[in-house]
Amino acid sequence: MPPWVRRELSGWARYPVEACHEFRPERRGAVAEILASGGQSSYIARGLGRSYGDCALNRGAGVVNLTRLDRFLNFDEDTGEVRCEAGVSFEALLQTCLPRGWFPPVTPGTKFVTVGGAIANDIHGKNHHADGTFGAAVNEMTLLTPNGERVVCGPQRNADLFWATVGGAGLTGFILDARFRMLKVETAYLKADHLRVKGLAEAMRAMLDSDAGYRYSVAWIDGLARGKSLGRSVLMRANHARLSDLPSGTPNPLWPPPRGRCGVPFKLPSLTLNRWSVRAFNTLYYATHGDAAGKLVDFDAYFYPLDSIAHWYRLYGRRGFVQFQVSFPAASAEAGLAEVLEKLSASGRASFLAVLKRFGAANAGWLSFPSPGFTLALDLPMRDGLPRLLGELESRVLAHGGRIYAAKDALTTADAFRAMYPELGRFRALRAELDPRGLLSSSLARRLGLARAGAEAFA
Amino acid sequence: MSGLRQGAGRSALIFGATSPVARALAREFARCGYELFLAGRAGEDLEAVASDLRIRHRVSAHACPLDALAFETHAAFFEAVAARTGESLYVAVFCIGSMSDQKAAERDWDAARAMLDTNYTAAVSLLERTAAYFEPRKRGVIGVVGSVAGDRGRQSNYLYGSAKAGLAAYAQGLRNRLWRSGVQVTTIKPGFLDTRMTWGKPGLFGVATPERAAEGIFAALAAGRDVAYVPGFWRGIMLLIGAVPERVFKRLKL
Ligand SMILES: Cc1cc2nc3c(=O)[nH]c(=O)nc-3n(C[C@H](O)[C@H](O)[C@H](O)COP(=O)(O)OP(=O)(O)OC[C@H]3O[C@@H](n4cnc5c(N)ncnc54)[C@H](O)[C@@H]3O)c2cc1C
Ligand SMILES: NC(=O)c1ccc[n+]([C@@H]2O[C@H](COP(=O)([O-])OP(=O)(O)OC[C@H]3O[C@@H](n4cnc5c(N)ncnc54)[C@H](OP(=O)(O)O)[C@@H]3O)[C@@H](O)[C@H]2O)c1
Repeated sequence: MPPWVRRELSGWARYPVEACHEFRPERRGAVAEILASGGQSSYIARGLGRSYGDCALNRGAGVVNLTRLDRFLNFDEDTGEVRCEAGVSFEALLQTCLPRGWFPPVTPGTKFVTVGGAIANDIHGKNHHADGTFGAAVNEMTLLTPNGERVVCGPQRNADLFWATVGGAGLTGFILDARFRMLKVETAYLKADHLRVKGLAEAMRAMLDSDAGYRYSVAWIDGLARGKSLGRSVLMRANHARLSDLPSGTPNPLWPPPRGRCGVPFKLPSLTLNRWSVRAFNTLYYATHGDAAGKLVDFDAYFYPLDSIAHWYRLYGRRGFVQFQVSFPAASAEAGLAEVLEKLSASGRASFLAVLKRFGAANAGWLSFPSPGFTLALDLPMRDGLPRLLGELESRVLAHGGRIYAAKDALTTADAFRAMYPELGRFRALRAELDPRGLLSSSLARRLGLARAGAEAFA
Repeated sequence: MSGLRQGAGRSALIFGATSPVARALAREFARCGYELFLAGRAGEDLEAVASDLRIRHRVSAHACPLDALAFETHAAFFEAVAARTGESLYVAVFCIGSMSDQKAAERDWDAARAMLDTNYTAAVSLLERTAAYFEPRKRGVIGVVGSVAGDRGRQSNYLYGSAKAGLAAYAQGLRNRLWRSGVQVTTIKPGFLDTRMTWGKPGLFGVATPERAAEGIFAALAAGRDVAYVPGFWRGIMLLIGAVPERVFKRLKL
């Protein structure tokens, strides 16, 4: 019987925390052995645990940590196509490929995620309006399905299984390896423009008008500003710097020199997060991030400002926090976002990070989150009353035709999720066929009703 | 001492290359520019370990299929490797090991024997050939990964431990023999390492990551140590454990 360890696991937000039975295979064949051993009622894959909520948790049952299966299998330096095992981290991708001129096609705000996690949540980056999701860059992957078979799938081959797996939260099988396209770059730097805008409507308009000129675009929002200042934000947009953009004599254009703490673009307050400290911080941040054009920033500082502060989630204290990420179609976005911001602002719940981003076209992922429009993400410390507030928000989100990102979520209800993801029925039907015994499940799957088709109870 | 950090033009042979500890050690050698010969059971994992080293470190890395228990193949295996390395072979590290269930092995001689053979007999068979390569060339470094479990027999894993004890005595003798030829033999005694060997086992403490273990192993080899505990604090722990009188020790449930 493959050994497991009983562990209190959680996502990045430390809410919820659940006792799970963790396996950690170190050989490819061991994954199938775990699945076949039948020792647990169900199993779910886990990468680096950077999802916020419960998608990589399985209370009282099997969690299969795949981070030891992290070997590069092929890298074509001419075309930039990588084939690697699912446990390879973005950090390793960067270390291996960036010095040779290739950058991840899509990257989240931390480099401590795995390729498997990136596919299973079909992650998006600041370049969604230009490049789509990570799943869109995947040519093929090897999936270990619940019956222990290895199936190769891609947009051209077993396409249904592929698009169910892209964004499928690990519920179609274990991704063993994937083949995907990296992005050609000349340098490890970005050329960034900052623009302060006074309110939500201005930020959205600026994005619609001029995002086309930037591969990366995101707006940092002061979540506490109210009234006329609601949605006050700094637009941060950038392109990969060309070789000719760098000062001559830059020692290694494709790898920045190691940086100390001073390289962090802003100092984090070491005070506790409450409405006053966050308000002070946000005001300061807004005031100090003046308009700037053509600023050269290295990739680490631009994409991963929080990675240099290990365990920053601890800032939120022991009860953890939740992240709330919502998206609205373009037509209802302004009203929807305004209402969400208004409600949060009125509740005085400090949000340290509030980020607005425009989404481009959706891909074919059945449960893929991004769809054309705007998305807002913010952190909320776990306090009494938060679930109720989020419950209220959920109904407002639905009213405006919006949806919530499962990778960040811990509180959405199954009814709401069904309304947000029209392809859910299809997903469940595929699962019923692929996994009739329900070998794959997770706490998220049970909460959101992803696990089984039909009217069965989700225990 | 041995100038181990100079890897250009040299190759390293790693037995048991699919182990996470061996993988991390191979990366230490790759960073120094060694060409890598990776011995292990044939299969996709061995191939993956080789491609990973090639891609991450841009070194040549070759998968060299080997079953440690197929003794009759060892001569041909080593000849084939030596033919490929030519004169470049400079380091060989033995990381093969197996710790199956002690209780099961007490009842099942085949299981006990496989464990003894994997940890001890196979090491002798493969390292004798390695020694025969280095001895006349009057150079080379041999690393032998044993275990703190070989320092004192305990009811919970004395079959594994006794093989590792035999391995340590073997390495000691080999070191004595090869000293005259300027060939270094280093015995490595790891404590608990965070791999499948310990995953899910009770009573662990001071567990080291494979990366930390590999750093310790590499440093011990580079410093020309005879015997090294990895991480170093295990020397003190084993000193204490060794100091318990046998008439007391035999009563303990360890
Ligand atoms: C600071 C920070 C910033 C972030 N920024 C963004 C962002 O900008 N955009 C964005 O989209 N996300 C973002 N995220 C979320 C993160 O990118 C996703 O949650 C990602 O899925 C995490 O990957 P992981 O390896 O940690 O996977 P985990 O969190 O461990 O698992 C995530 C899901 O993937 C499944 N899974 C993992 N590996 C496999 C596998 N091999 N086979 C099958 N299923 C698997 C799990 O079952 C689970 O459902 C951010 C997270 C943090 C902490
Ligand atoms: N983990 C610990 O706490 C610990 C403590 C002290 C010492 N050690 C020693 O450290 C070394 C590495 O162990 P580990 O923890 O990394 O565990 P591991 O992954 O199980 O390593 C054992 C290695 O031996 C190989 N092997 C086993 N039988 C073989 C055979 N018949 N033919 C060829 N290769 C064979 C395995 O190859 P396959 O991949 O083909 O199975 C694997 O590469 C071992 O010598 C072990 O005894 C470990």
